[in-house]
Amino acid sequence: MTVNPHTESKTPRQHWMSVLARASLKDLEQAIASLGPMPAYDVMKPAETGTIMLEGRAGGAGRRFNIGEATMTRCVVRLKDGTMGFSYALGRDKRKAQLAALLDGMLQLPTHAAILHNSVIGPLAEQQASKKIDVSRKAAATKVDFFTLVRGDG
Amino acid sequence: MYVAVKGGEAAILATHDLIAEERRGDPSIPELSVAQIREQMALSVARVMNEGSLYDRDLGALALKQAQGDVIEAAFLMRAYRTTLPRFGSSVPLDTAAMAIRRRISATYKDLPGGQVLGPTYDYTHRLFDFALMADLGSEPEAQVAVSPLDNTMPRVPDILGDEGLMEAESPPADDPRPFDLTRDPIEFPADRDVRLQTMARGDEGFLLGLAYSVQRGFGSNHPFAGEIRLGEVSVDFIPEELGFAIDLGDVTLTECQMVNQFQGGKDIPPQFTRGYGLAFGHSERKAMSMAIIDRSLKARSFGEAAEYPAQQEEFVLYHCDNVEAAGFVEHLKLPHYVDFQGELELLRKIRREQEERAAQAAQLEAAE
Repeated sequence: MTVNPHTESKTPRQHWMSVLARASLKDLEQAIASLGPMPAYDVMKPAETGTIMLEGRAGGAGRRFNIGEATMTRCVVRLKDGTMGFSYALGRDKRKAQLAALLDGMLQLPTHAAILHNSVIGPLAEQQASKKIDVSRKAAATKVDFFTLVRGDG
Repeated sequence: MYVAVKGGEAAILATHDLIAEERRGDPSIPELSVAQIREQMALSVARVMNEGSLYDRDLGALALKQAQGDVIEAAFLMRAYRTTLPRFGSSVPLDTAAMAIRRRISATYKDLPGGQVLGPTYDYTHRLFDFALMADLGSEPEAQVAVSPLDNTMPRVPDILGDEGLMEAESPPADDPRPFDLTRDPIEFPADRDVRLQTMARGDEGFLLGLAYSVQRGFGSNHPFAGEIRLGEVSVDFIPEELGFAIDLGDVTLTECQMVNQFQGGKDIPPQFTRGYGLAFGHSERKAMSMAIIDRSLKARSFGEAAEYPAQQEEFVLYHCDNVEAAGFVEHLKLPHYVDFQGELELLRKIRREQEERAAQAAQLEAAE
């Protein structure tokens, strides 16, 4: 049986790949523009769009079933030193897929990792987390407070 | 039966041009962008993604634009596009317990861990027209923002009952088998739950809604409670073979409904509530609720209930809930049936001729007597 990614904590690479998958093309273009010259690389598998079948579980925890498909795009690049960069994300953005694969490759290089974490992954992760919190705070404003209704002789 | 007919190419090309012009409408009115449809017609887009069985909000919006808002035609476009793409694999089963919740309500418990979160809903609106939407508003609407976010995770309501043993258990079968996939294999009966749930997930909302309503009105013996409805974002994990570890691909929006239904028991099982489950792409509560009611009614066989009504009969439900297939078969009647019809016409003329001949002979005989 495969490990359950929902309960396993993420490795550093899983974390940055997740941040890259959730970033927009604009985010990645801006990040790359700010980095200056990029290392040379070859596209091993050009960005390709396909589908992934999304599985659910009956009742949330029971028998697996297929909900329906989603579009996804993947890409593989190889840096000069042989390091392979991969990207996988929902959607059909091929340009984003290639940039994300390149960044995944660079993030594995000790020479580039620190700067990329500081200037790209860190800020994007923070931005994604804060957006998530904003959404949750708006939902929280609609939380029903029954307590005030029954206060008193309830 | 219909036959291929040659001719009409020029007429067909002209109708393509005409429908394009019709679709555009009055050219003095600005054209809709796909992004506008995606952002402002999100509930329609969700329906198209569900019935088209493909999660992609941009494509759902494009399909609606191209189909002039015809949801079934749009779903058809999604299905057709899907067949042109390679399948990279299946996700790890999505974990709705880990959903980033935007709405979560229960009609069975007032106070529950995590609370009742109304989220974005029309439930408490007065259904009076807001004519302000017709005017150009200078200002953007602004939602209220609470100081703190919601709890990170909230227990699913049926699991609370399950902990007390009052709810039908829901656990994977031994070995956690790969689910049936109706896009690869034909449905066979009796159909297992994975087959039923996948079929309903892509089924027509209106059809499932009507059937669910029939159950409530007595054509099926269930008494459902909305144990929980939750809406929010769930991350999609995928394990590519070449890497061997899980990759988070981003989020999908899902609506999940857990119906709690009246009890059942057996020799070895004390009476307990039974479950109905619905899950849909996007914000699609009516769909998820209808699916959950029918999921329960289709358990008739396993609970030894007489399947007397349509909503309890899996062949009826599963063979007829797909609106792309249904529309295809109903609408194929528009295609030329000239030969068939000529055959019918000939037959009718022959019957009439024979009848007239018999009548004439009878009249002659009568006159002779």
